[in-house]
This record gives sequence, C-alpha cells and structure tokens, in this order.
Amino acid sequence: MPEIKTNMTLDCKGLACPMPIVKTKKAIDQLEEGQVIEVQATDKGSLADIQGWAKNTGHHYLGTVEDGDVLRHYIRKSRPAEVKEEKKHPHCVSNEDLAKKLAANDKITVIDVREPAEYSFNRIPGSISIPLGELEDHVHELNPEDEIYVVCRTGNRSDMACRLLSEKGFNQVKNVEPGMSGWTGPLENAEK
Amino acid sequence: MKAAPNLKIMNAKELTRIVLAKEELFILDVRNESDFNDWKIEGESVDIINIPYFNLLDGVDEALDQIPDGKKLLVVCAKEGSSKFVAEQIVEAGRTNVHYLEGGMKAWSEHLEPVEIGELKTGGSLYQFVRIGKGCLSYMVVSQGEAAVIDTLRMTDVFEQFAKEKGAVIKHTLDTHLHADHISGGRRLAEQTGATYWLPPKDATEVTFTYEKLEEGRDISVGSATIQIQPVYSPGHTIGSTSFIVDDQYLLTGDILFIESIGRPDLAGKAEDWVGDLRNTLYSRYAELSQDLMVLPAHFGKVTELGAGGRVMAKLSDLYQNNPGLNIQQEEEFRRTVTENLPPQPNAYQEIRQTNMGKITPSEDEQREMEVGPNRCAVHDK
Repeated sequence: MPEIKTNMTLDCKGLACPMPIVKTKKAIDQLEEGQVIEVQATDKGSLADIQGWAKNTGHHYLGTVEDGDVLRHYIRKSRPAEVKEEKKHPHCVSNEDLAKKLAANDKITVIDVREPAEYSFNRIPGSISIPLGELEDHVHELNPEDEIYVVCRTGNRSDMACRLLSEKGFNQVKNVEPGMSGWTGPLENAEK
Repeated sequence: MKAAPNLKIMNAKELTRIVLAKEELFILDVRNESDFNDWKIEGESVDIINIPYFNLLDGVDEALDQIPDGKKLLVVCAKEGSSKFVAEQIVEAGRTNVHYLEGGMKAWSEHLEPVEIGELKTGGSLYQFVRIGKGCLSYMVVSQGEAAVIDTLRMTDVFEQFAKEKGAVIKHTLDTHLHADHISGGRRLAEQTGATYWLPPKDATEVTFTYEKLEEGRDISVGSATIQIQPVYSPGHTIGSTSFIVDDQYLLTGDILFIESIGRPDLAGKAEDWVGDLRNTLYSRYAELSQDLMVLPAHFGKVTELGAGGRVMAKLSDLYQNNPGLNIQQEEEFRRTVTENLPPQPNAYQEIRQTNMGKITPSEDEQREMEVGPNRCAVHDK
C-alpha cells in the first residue's frame, strides 16, 4: 500500500485499553476539521473500539492497515459543515445510476474528491483522486466537455466540487448521491 | 488517575458463584457495542447494560443515571483496564459496592467450575467442568486412581490439578468429535500426562498427529474396577461424532444432543449431507438406548440449562418429551430447522478446526482470541 497522507501520527503502541482511545480523543481535539490522524496501536481490541468511538462521535473512521503487530488506524476529523451545508448543485444522480453507467462502459469520468487516505481504502474502479482542497489547482487537467461524475462519502464535498466545476465552465457535471457511504457497486483499494 | 480505595475486585470464580446462586447483580459492560451484542455475561438474577467506555471519557454521568444506587455493581470490559478506568470514576462519584471483573471477559471465558455429577456403581465419580462464560462442558471419570477426560478444554492445567487432588493419573483423553467452537486440550493434556488421546477416525482424516481410534465395540477402561466407556457412533454434527456411555448410567452426547436444543450440522460445511445422519442418530440410535441414561452434553446455550450447582444434565426420556429438537415429526421440517436460519457460526471456527487438526499452531494469545464469544453449536442458539 502506498504511503497514506496524514496530518498527525499518534503512537499508542504497547498501551492497553482504554489508553489508545483516550489519547486519540485528546489528539483529535488538536486537529483541524478534515485532517487525518494515524493511530498506531498494538492492542487488538483497539480496532473495534476505534470504529465504535468514531461512529458515536461522528468522526470518520477510514480504515486500518495491519503492519506486523502494529495496527495503523486512520481517522478523519469531521467538519460540522459537511452535514449542514445546503446542496446547491442542480444535477444529481444516484449511486445506482452511476453503477449502471459504469456497467454499460459509457465514456464517463469519475472524480473522487475525498482525502487521499479515504480513497486508498475503497474507491470506484477507474475513479480519479482529486481531493476537494486541490480541485482548483487541477481543473486545467480536466476537459469541460466530458461527462463528469463527482463522488465523495456522503454527497456534500462532491456538491461543493460540482459547484466549483460549474463556475469554471463545466456543464456536464453530476453529483453522485449519497456517494461512497452507500456504494454497493465494485470497489478497489491499493492493497488489492 | 486518583486512587479509589473503595473499588473492589471480583474474580471469575466469585462471579460464577453469584450467577449460580442467583444473587442480584447489576453489570455495566463497557466494551464496544458489537462485542457486547455478540456475547455477554448472563444470569437469571443479573441485570446488564452496555455503555462503551469511550462514551464515558468525559465523565460517567450517563452511566450513573442508569445504575441503581446501593445494588452490587460489577463493571466489565474485555481485559480489565477500561472497566477499572470507569469503575474508579463511579467510586469517585460517591457510589459504593462497586467492583470490576479481574481479567475481564477473557478471564470469564476461561473459568472452569468443576461439579460432581454422580458416583459410579463400583466406586469413583463423574465430574463435569462448566465453562460458564462460553457454555462448554468437559468431563472427568475418576476411578481407583485413574482418570479419563472427555472433551478437554484448552485450560489443561485445571484438569491436571483436579486429577492430582483426586489422587488420580490421567490415562485417557477423548474428544467426542473435532470441535469447531473451541480449541481442544485433549492432545496437549495427553502429552503432558502420558495419556492416550482418542478421536473418532472419520473426524481425523486430516490430522497431523497420531491418535487412537474411537470405534464402536472398543471399550475404554478407567480404574481397576473397570468403568467402561463405550463409544456409540452418532454422526450428524460432524461425520465422526461419537457418544460415550459411562458406567451404563451416563450418555455423553458431545454436540449432537443438548438439553434444550440439538447440534447443528453445518460447521464443517456439510449441512445438507449430514442432516440424514443427524436425524438418524437423534430419532433412531438414541431412541434404542436405555431411556434412563443421564444425558451429559458438551455445551449449554442458555443459563436456564444450568441446574443445581451449575450442573447441566437431564434424563434421556425427559429430553424426548421436552427438547424441541427431538420432537419434529416431519423429516422435511427437521431438515429446514437444522439447515435454515441458523445462528451465526462460532468465531474463527475454521481456524479452530485447523488448530484441532494440528495443521496450524497459534500462540496462546491467538488461541484465546480465536475462542472469544459464545459456542453457538446448537441449532436454537441465538
């Protein structure tokens, strides 16, 4: 698996529960919204606990990589705006519609605007990774005439991306809803 | 962390005593929700709630609201650390009678409680070892300084120590079948004590070690008074499943027949193939045996199956009356019952089978991890 881009690394190796979660909580309080933390732990129980903790707090558990005895957990600090942002881009398609397009081999472009760490763990085969924050810098690489489907986890970041692309003169841009959180179609990840 | 002098420790033995005596106990289980839903401490007089410790990092008020004041409280987690962390805060909040479980669910899963089932006609006794946390049962036949252990669990020290206390040498270890829910201690106990390890040959086609074949007609004797262990071929849960009749009094059924349920035929991937065997064993073979035999299974599924002192036993004739698995008249309905809507399979059951065949040798910690959770060997376990 290629290096996963993170904003902070927390060493919890050798610590037994509850310490890995106690330390993760403290660390994530210091992160900016949207940033990703890597938590290294050797306690096997930390896997289910960190998933449960993330679910209950609303932070986004991305995945875990096993590296010998060390479990590397990746969590993204969620943005409150993510769930509240009003959706404005008028053109939306469902996950199912996108899956049909892909299955039919239609000539389309799928852009995944999640963080690289999220993209690493699961993504639609053939999708291109351009994190929302970097989209503006990469717009010139895209063709405004292409049929572009933008995907994120829940449809909010992709909505922002769609609006940005529309402003730049892209007129065949569609927001995929809900996105990866509800995606049941084919997946790939960097390990496979 | 401040010291909490009023925090008390409870060990698995004391918890077993409380559960069996049906004493009132309130348990706060602070493991994550999925582990709790998978498996938890049960008892007729036990009230239990689940609040993961990671929801209590900023304070225990949420828990205090739900814990009745003054009742004996036990805080439980996977290993111990988090329960102590939470219990200390509860004590600091002014509560009394607060305990945490020493060694957590790990210790609970491994605790064995020996109980005497009864005496043998020519002297000696039959003992049952109740693994109350996981629902597994082992047996020891002791007579005239010799012992045989049936369906030995992984904690072999307990059996060695018990035999020593009874002044007996372990001569035989027997497994009714190749287990899929727990790691057998039969082979290791035999190695440690110089005993002979017996397995049904049809379950042992892939094993990597030598063993003696359990075959019908091949009696095994324990003690000079010759307590015979008579194998009865009784396939269905596995193709080799073998029952034992001890001293013409006791029928050890393995995972074929339980007190309130029957064995599932799917754990070796052969549900459809073995349905007929299972039906034949339960409805014909066992029906031909003396109905006065006392049935002693290798598992229990619910705490309601625990009798006096924790004993799990019932007369064969009673089971033919009361066990729903023995009262399905139509073959087709029987087939559906034992192949459809089965409970989830036991944790790591394929790796456990591989371990019991000698194909893989996990470390102690890994073995412990593999055995986490309930046994789920019966059709009706949920």
